[in-house]
Amino acid sequence: MRRGPLPSARPWLAAALMLGMLAFGAPASWAVEPDEMLDDPALEDRARDISAGLRCVVCQNESIDESNAEMARDMRILVRDRLLAGDSNADVKQYLVDRYGDFVLLKPPFKPSTWLLWFSPVLILAGGGAAAWAFYRRRDAEAPAAPAPLSDEEQTRLRALLTEAEGAAGTDRADPGGRA
Amino acid sequence: MTRRIISFLPLLVVAVLLGFFVVGLQMDPRRLPSALLHQPLPAFALDGLPGRAPPLTDSAQLTGQVALVNFFGSWCAACIQEHPMLNRIQAEGVAPLHGIAFQDKPQATLRFLARHGDPYDRVGYDTTNRIAIEFGVTGAPETFVIDKAGVIRHKHVGPITEDDWVDTLRPMIEDLQDG
Repeated sequence: MRRGPLPSARPWLAAALMLGMLAFGAPASWAVEPDEMLDDPALEDRARDISAGLRCVVCQNESIDESNAEMARDMRILVRDRLLAGDSNADVKQYLVDRYGDFVLLKPPFKPSTWLLWFSPVLILAGGGAAAWAFYRRRDAEAPAAPAPLSDEEQTRLRALLTEAEGAAGTDRADPGGRA
Repeated sequence: MTRRIISFLPLLVVAVLLGFFVVGLQMDPRRLPSALLHQPLPAFALDGLPGRAPPLTDSAQLTGQVALVNFFGSWCAACIQEHPMLNRIQAEGVAPLHGIAFQDKPQATLRFLARHGDPYDRVGYDTTNRIAIEFGVTGAPETFVIDKAGVIRHKHVGPITEDDWVDTLRPMIEDLQDG
């Protein structure tokens, strides 16, 4: 092993190497080890696709495709073995669901026992809408109605009061007029 | 009157939410119910540990009487914590206790048993870690109760405490033995 500073030509090489790794290197995930991968690229693609939807039962919020846990590795290898044995994608998933339950699927399946889960956003929205509708309807109903028309008696009293006020106003106005 | 009730509604909603939090936060998300409960135990073939007898080599060895199967590994800290309890279970002799080591190396497993005691009747060594997946194991330790017919009756996740043994597992085993 040589030690000491690199000759000046080397940085270029290192940069080119790094660029190459970025451009052609491994895809986003680093969890899948090269020795796990299948030789058949079509099968390997299917394996990656299935793995991305399977929960790592140790780390719980990672897929087995992303997880570095030993258990995830074992499950990735199992997925590939099942594919090699001729299983369909659905068969492979079912194999793990039979052993770990629906929990192993990152996306919960749509079935009667999960309807509440899937429909709850719609139900909550509908509930909120109904509450808002009831609230506004109620508020409009309680708004003060137009006052009842005055009775004949009230009309006469009102007229009397008005003429009285006008009379008083008339004298008030006359006063400052200075007609002395 | 209805107005009164409606004005308390937000408080009620908060109380219900708090109730969910109080219960939910006490649940351990790692304690998952086993999908294999009341199903026949998966068929398997295993290796034994070199130099330790008797080995657990075949799932057929688990049928015929009520038995406990404990998944463990020398790498597992909770297993060390659980081990004294397993030694006690073996000493009580209520039912055979078998062990399956996984994600381990045989020599490491043997050292682990030499150091902390060997409470097991038969021990199998899961070379490919496939048997753990067959049992739906998510970590170690996990312990299964298997009845006479070879049906999985219970799965215990995490170390068995004295309370677990006295209140749950031992009565269950005795019930199954009578049944």
